Amino acid sequence: MEHYLDILIRSIFIENMALAFFLGMCTFLAVSKKVDTAIGLGVAVIVVQTITVPANNLIYRYFLKEGGLSWLGLGDVDLTFIGLICYIGVIAAMVQILEMVLDRYVPALYTALGIFLPLITVNCAILGGSLFMVERDYNFPESIVFGFGTGLGWALALTALAGIREKMKYADVPPGLRGLGLTFMIVGLMAMAFMAFSGIQL
Amino acid sequence: MAKPKDVLLDPIFNRNPIGLQILGICSALAVTSKMSTVVAMCLAVIFVITGSNVAVSLIRRQIPANIRIIVEITIIATLVIIVDQFLQAFAFSISKQLSIFVGLIITNCIVLGRAEAFAMKNPPGLSFLDGIGNGLGYSLVLLLVGFCRELFGSGKLLGYTILPTTNEGGWYLPNGLMLLPPSAFFIIGLLIWALRTWKTDQIEEEN
Repeated sequence: MEHYLDILIRSIFIENMALAFFLGMCTFLAVSKKVDTAIGLGVAVIVVQTITVPANNLIYRYFLKEGGLSWLGLGDVDLTFIGLICYIGVIAAMVQILEMVLDRYVPALYTALGIFLPLITVNCAILGGSLFMVERDYNFPESIVFGFGTGLGWALALTALAGIREKMKYADVPPGLRGLGLTFMIVGLMAMAFMAFSGIQL
Repeated sequence: MAKPKDVLLDPIFNRNPIGLQILGICSALAVTSKMSTVVAMCLAVIFVITGSNVAVSLIRRQIPANIRIIVEITIIATLVIIVDQFLQAFAFSISKQLSIFVGLIITNCIVLGRAEAFAMKNPPGLSFLDGIGNGLGYSLVLLLVGFCRELFGSGKLLGYTILPTTNEGGWYLPNGLMLLPPSAFFIIGLLIWALRTWKTDQIEEEN
């Protein structure tokens, strides 16, 4: 149990996808102007990440890994080199399926998330989560915790940034720094704040 | 029709993919603490973006509009796998340092963005130049950031000592912050500030 808690805390705070690994930066900077939209996108990322990381884990374990196909009698086949195409395919398919399921059964959530769902396919935090999962060789339960944790950490950072940027409109910013430049500075300061978590071990 | 020279040179300063269009920052920043990884990353991105631009442009009339994103992603993913395998075979230590960030070129928004915005509408020759131009614009920012971080963070450039550090009996006290992730944000923030002070038309409106 403690082991899973450790993975969770680590993926939310210490190895925060956005602030420690710079993943999902494009969306992070573009969709952080308002808190409402930030929360919407954050929820969508958590859901997609919690589904795709475990799904990719199963695919990696039972199809791609060396010896993974032994249940088919093909013990010495190593397909890890086509991993990238598989993961991005799974992510694109999952996002599409999620969109259709939400549209059919939870229309309220679908209209709330609407425009953000397709954006998630090209969010590097999602693909990054799957690639880290493969690199660290997590097992299935670990990958669920890791997927949820990374999604939550990313959503947290996004919402916090949006909160700060909403207040920035009262500030008098030098012209060249307005918008993107200042946002980079704010993210840098946030990343430094998040580094304070780095000593934590469970 | 745009002039070939403009297509090649515009993305470097006037429409820099990182500075103006906020694209492709994702996979880039984490690799900038050392120049050697930066150079490998830049070459990889230039190769992928040029290749995907040409490939997409060649078949732009055959791609059905509603599945074009998937076709583009598949082309990009294939090129990235080639780069990844190549690095693992010939530059294994660099491939280890770049870890997952080679794979993340797939979701690098510059590559998909150029395929979608430029290669789908223009002939292969121009798309080729556009790919190289955007790759260079991206590399320029990355190299500048990598230069600052390695020089001030560890007193070295490409592994060679430039400023002898106090640990090794020299005079330079290295700035540890430069090796940590947040410094990349500050450096890019300052670069954007400098770029926009020079090219004042890029300043954002107050909202």
